[in-house]
Amino acid sequence: MKITKKVISAVWLVLVLAFIYVPILLLAVYSFTDATMVGGPVGGFSFQNYLTLFKNEDLRGMIGGTILLAVGAALISAVLGTIGAIGSFYSKRTAKHLINYANQIPVVNADVVTGFSLCVLLIVLLGIGKDTFVPLVIGHVVLCTPFVYLSVMPRLRQMDNNLYEAALDLGATPAQALFKVVIPQLLPGIFSGFMLAITLSLDDYFITTYTKPATFDTISTYVVNATKGGQTEIKTALWALSTIIFLIVVIVVVLMNVASRKKKTTEERI
Amino acid sequence: MTKTLKLRFNRKQLCIPYAAFLILFVICPLLVIIYYAFTNGTGQFTFDNLVNFFSNTNTLGTLLNSIAIACVTTIVCLVIAYPVAYILARSKFRRKYVLLMLFVLPMWINFTLRITALKEILSFIEGNLAMYPFLNTVIGMTYDFLPFMILPLYTALSKLDKSLFEAAEDLGASSFTVFMRVVLPLSVPGIISGVTMVLLPSMTNYVVLDMLYNSTYIMGSLIGSYFAAYDWNNGSMISLILLIIIFIITLATNKFNDDQSSGRTVL
Repeated sequence: MKITKKVISAVWLVLVLAFIYVPILLLAVYSFTDATMVGGPVGGFSFQNYLTLFKNEDLRGMIGGTILLAVGAALISAVLGTIGAIGSFYSKRTAKHLINYANQIPVVNADVVTGFSLCVLLIVLLGIGKDTFVPLVIGHVVLCTPFVYLSVMPRLRQMDNNLYEAALDLGATPAQALFKVVIPQLLPGIFSGFMLAITLSLDDYFITTYTKPATFDTISTYVVNATKGGQTEIKTALWALSTIIFLIVVIVVVLMNVASRKKKTTEERI
Repeated sequence: MTKTLKLRFNRKQLCIPYAAFLILFVICPLLVIIYYAFTNGTGQFTFDNLVNFFSNTNTLGTLLNSIAIACVTTIVCLVIAYPVAYILARSKFRRKYVLLMLFVLPMWINFTLRITALKEILSFIEGNLAMYPFLNTVIGMTYDFLPFMILPLYTALSKLDKSLFEAAEDLGASSFTVFMRVVLPLSVPGIISGVTMVLLPSMTNYVVLDMLYNSTYIMGSLIGSYFAAYDWNNGSMISLILLIIIFIITLATNKFNDDQSSGRTVL
């Protein structure tokens, strides 16, 4: 009885993992061939897709733009969200609750609605040009900042309140106390908020489509257009991109796990 | 005394930039949406957009269709994810967080690239994907959102106190009864948060269908097509209707969570 249960459990896990990974891995295998579709005729091993990915100006510009936008939006969000969280934490109850509720709106709202409403306000009503990138950056900051706020908040709650007062008593100015005492304590929260902001921005499609300049594309909007277009060369080059991103994600996850385990073991030793 | 008061005041002022940002770019857009939803192209007050939505069989059909797709996707995700989360949470495997990572890792890969991969393999199996639109939409959405269901379920299930199961078993409950009457009720908060993570995106993420078989017929895609036609007023009306649906779902789940937490304190 127990053994059958274990077998069924293992089979279920393997099946779900297969559902998740077979498409990604199959695409990775085909990205190293000259095939034009999965299951299609394979002539032989080829790095052509990877060469196209690095040589094609369009593709390179698109990838660079996506990363630049993600890092920029995440940096702005990290600053804005951290300052907002500190300010709201020390505010009166009503102000705090209002900010908490407003912060929750972009989190629960559908991205389509967030993007469309920002487009109507900024581009249609206020007439800010899409080509200025202002609506796009604002859109991504709206998407990311609430999550920075949410990951800094728990750190503020855990922090010993007396530290700030002690710093002031020892002669620090409020600004010094903030930068040298409070913010270092919040750093892990700010960092995880920043990482979350980057992944959210990289993954976004909807806010980008509704606010981006016509000639600018992120990975998401580019891929969606490419699946509709007939350019096989671009299509298969995107398989290479998918494989590279998959490898980067795996490496980052493994490194983070190793780092956290090392930290744990050193803590245990202490 | 006066010194600390003054300093407190300084710290509080830090929330001003973010509060201003929220008002300008979160609250204002929603107010603008409401304004546009009840005006026409020349700015006059009208209920036309609302009437348009409810008198048009196309838009109404889209609403019903997206509710159906969202419900089926959520149920399929739940049925696949619950056993995974349960097995992982109860396993005595030492490195089980590595396994969990394997299940949630796709969250960090761009979803359009993942859907591209799925499209290739589905086309290989089925041929023309437009033959089974409902089935393929559900497969695509499930593929996209499954990690978001597994993670909250795992979090809820791994927090459960194991001695509760042992107590129930000692009192003579069969493992099926333990599951139905102890595990399942205690994991409701996880189920609720997983459901909210999946239900809403699967009503609005029209890119999944668009990529799989060049078709869009869920609520989100209506906004997309009005956007493409520069019809801000009707687009705003759809956004407003979606906002109301989101608001109702959020209220309902919040209430559920409150009930649950009060139930837990009683326990």
